[in-house]
This record gives sequence, structure tokens and C-alpha cells, in this order.
Amino acid sequence: MSTVRLLVGTRKGAFVMTSDGKREQWKVEGPHFTGWEIYHLNGSPVNPDRLYASQSSGWFGQVMQRSDDGGKTWEAVGNDFLYQGEVGAHTWYDGSPHPYVFARVWHLEPSLTEPDTVYAGVEDAALFRSDDGGTSWKELSGLRRHSTSPSWAPGAGGLCLHTIKLHPTDPARIFTAISAAGAFRSDDAGKTWKPINHGLRSEQIPNPTAEVGHCVHRLAMHPSKPDTLFMQKHWDVMRTDDAGESWREVSGNLPTDFGFAIDVHAHEPNTVYVVPITSDSHHFVMEGKLRVYRSRSGGEEWEALTKGLPQSNCYVNVLRDAMAVDSLDSCGIYFGTSGGQVYASNDAGDSWNAIVHDLPPVVSVEVQTLP
Amino acid sequence: MIRVVLPPNLRTLAGVGREVQLEVRTPATQESVLDALEAAYPALRGTIRDVVTRRRRPLVRFYACEEDWSDEPPEAVLPEPVQAGTEPLLIIGAMSGG
Repeated sequence: MSTVRLLVGTRKGAFVMTSDGKREQWKVEGPHFTGWEIYHLNGSPVNPDRLYASQSSGWFGQVMQRSDDGGKTWEAVGNDFLYQGEVGAHTWYDGSPHPYVFARVWHLEPSLTEPDTVYAGVEDAALFRSDDGGTSWKELSGLRRHSTSPSWAPGAGGLCLHTIKLHPTDPARIFTAISAAGAFRSDDAGKTWKPINHGLRSEQIPNPTAEVGHCVHRLAMHPSKPDTLFMQKHWDVMRTDDAGESWREVSGNLPTDFGFAIDVHAHEPNTVYVVPITSDSHHFVMEGKLRVYRSRSGGEEWEALTKGLPQSNCYVNVLRDAMAVDSLDSCGIYFGTSGGQVYASNDAGDSWNAIVHDLPPVVSVEVQTLP
Repeated sequence: MIRVVLPPNLRTLAGVGREVQLEVRTPATQESVLDALEAAYPALRGTIRDVVTRRRRPLVRFYACEEDWSDEPPEAVLPEPVQAGTEPLLIIGAMSGG
């Protein structure tokens, strides 16, 4: 029987949770890297025992970790993230130029074909790649050196490249997203990039329909329909069906369209999940109720999923990298909260159970479906 | 032999106890001790000083013989008791965050 393995990053360490295909009983191991912020862990689709983790600290900087046994043991690998060429400046909160300075790795995206190749999205916004299992890193500098980059400004969490989506069949096509610059696409394996923000509207910037400057929170893609992307923007849930050439809003009947996390069902490319958050000034769920919303129509029409989730006195947030889906026949959905809960659904969101209640604030959740 | 006391987060990262001992050419300086420390425990590279500028991270402090050596130049020779191994060089995570 297949098993699943959750990789959970928190503000004070990482946890690995495993279950059989029923996904009812869980074994929880950790914390790994105790006391360190773990922005993200992710596993290679080619070799699931090859894991990568981003470990950071305001005191001691960035450390990268690699495991070759599914998270039982870890080895510190390379942490030299050096911007290539002229470093340049982006726009600071007050509008002044501010030099790019590496702060941390937000997101790790292992290659779909090579276990030693992994991409890293970093703050200040840039994309790096390693072809030797994380030992060394090289910037794909065409993105940071895009002509619009001097105008990119940080969101509240920093100028972070937080989403990397690799095309399932075309290795030259990569999607990324940056807060608060927007979404970008490369069709030449990361050498050159194009902003893909046509159709986005952000009232928080001087020109609401500008080419860049949008606070994109997360992109989601189903591998069977890679030209269709779903986006949770600062406000608005968006959809494109032409690889980002144009976007349209699909927020529909959501109670609020602010949020961070978004994901797609493993077997139904038109079934999408979001967790609406009250607003940008109230980073918690609405009305004290933790509700996942599911659309089976690719957006517009959404239903609240509440069975097993707290429906009173709940004021947690769910961050952008803290939702994942497994690929078992009955699709499993997982998410972690700022309150330290990790919830699992083994029936595509119809019902939920908490695997753990009391972890440090959860930053990221990934899931591996193992044979 | 130079003695270096590490903060807890770096002990777990390096897989060592509270204190490590290092062979360092005399006279030992802050820079030569850190070079030896990073050579012996590569996982610590970049955690105490920036890999590019080689400057101390802002929230890391160096204490020796009840004195704050954090802002001394990297090439400054460390106090005699540290050279002799009777006192350690303390690497500290600064009090920060309330």
C-alpha cells in the first residue's frame, strides 16, 4: 500500500509525518534543526528520499540541508548565494533605491527529472539553481536583471521569490512569482523572463494595472493542464488558461478573496482549494471559523469545507507554502496554520482531522506520495 | 590550543558540544580562529560572518576575558589567556527579540 510523507517547516524546526494510504494514523518525527526557522522542505520527484531544506535564522543566516534517506539524517550543504554580475537596486518601502541583499531561501523546487538539480527562490528576489545536490548555487540572473526590477518593491514579508513552477513536459518553461512584483515566465530555461501580469488589478499601487508591482501570493498548476494557472493574489483569486498571457478573476462567491495558499486537486484539474483570510490588516480567518473553500468548476463557484475544522474562536492564518495535495486515488489535502495545527483530509476536503495541534507556527507543508 | 564556546543553535548545526578546541597558529586573531573554526566545521560557514564581506553578522557577538571583542578588527590579536587556552573565546547570539 502507498504511504504519504508530510514535510512540515515551522518557525522553530522541521517535522516529518508519515502515514499509510488510509491517512488516519500518523507518526510524527522532529523537530529537526531545533530553534531554526524552516521556510521550506521539499523532495525530489525522481528520488523521493532526496530532500532539501531551507534553514535560516535572524542571528546566524542561511543554511541549506540535504537528506538522502527521507529525512532521517541531514547534511549541511552549500549556502553561498551570490548575485551574478551587477547587483543593482530595487525600490524600498519609502520609494528610495535599495541594494539587493540576500536574506534567505523561501522556496525550494526540485527538478522533475534530475535529483541533483534544485531551484531556490530567495529574498531579495532572485532565482538560483544547483546541479550538484545543493553543494553550489548559481543565480539565473536574467530574472533579477529584468528591465523592470529596479521598480520591484517588497511586500510586508520582504521582496521574496516564493513560487517556482516547472512545466511538466517543456523543461525550458518556468513560472515564478515575487511579492510584490508579480508573476514571470521564462521559455528558455531561466535565461530571459517576461512579466505575465496582464489582467491583474491591484488598487494598492499607483497604476492598478501596471506591468509589475502586483503582490502575487501564490501560483498553482495541475500537471495535466500546464497552461492553466491559478493565483492567490494579495486580494483576488485569478486564473489564466494561456500560460499567463492574460488573467481573469475567479473569486466568485468567496466571502473574502484575500489569502495566501492555493492548490489544485491531484486528479481534477478544475478543482481548486483556497483558505480565505479576512484582509491584509487582519491576517486570520473570517468570523473565527477555519474554512477551506473548494471550487469544482475552476473558480467562480466555491463551497466551504468545514467538517472537522474549528468553527468558533479560531484566528489563525495559513501561509502561502503551507498547503499541499497528495496523489493517492482519494486525493489528500493538507495545510498548516500559524497556530501550529496541521490538518489532513483523506477525502479531497470533505472532512478534516488535525494530525498535530501544538507545533510552532507552520510556514510550509509539502507531501510526498510514496510507493 | 584555542577554546571556542558556541551558541546552542550552532552547536546543533556543527554536531558538537558547548566548547570546541582548535589548533590555530599564534598569535591567534579573531579572523584566524574563525578560519580554523569554519575549516573544522564547514557547516558553520556563513553563520558567524558573511561569506562575501567576511564581516560579523549583526546579531553575533564575540566575548573574551569579560570584554566585548565584537567590534575589534578581525586581525586584532586575542588576549593572552585565550592564546594560552585558559580562557575561551565566546561566540554569542545577541539578546534580541524581547
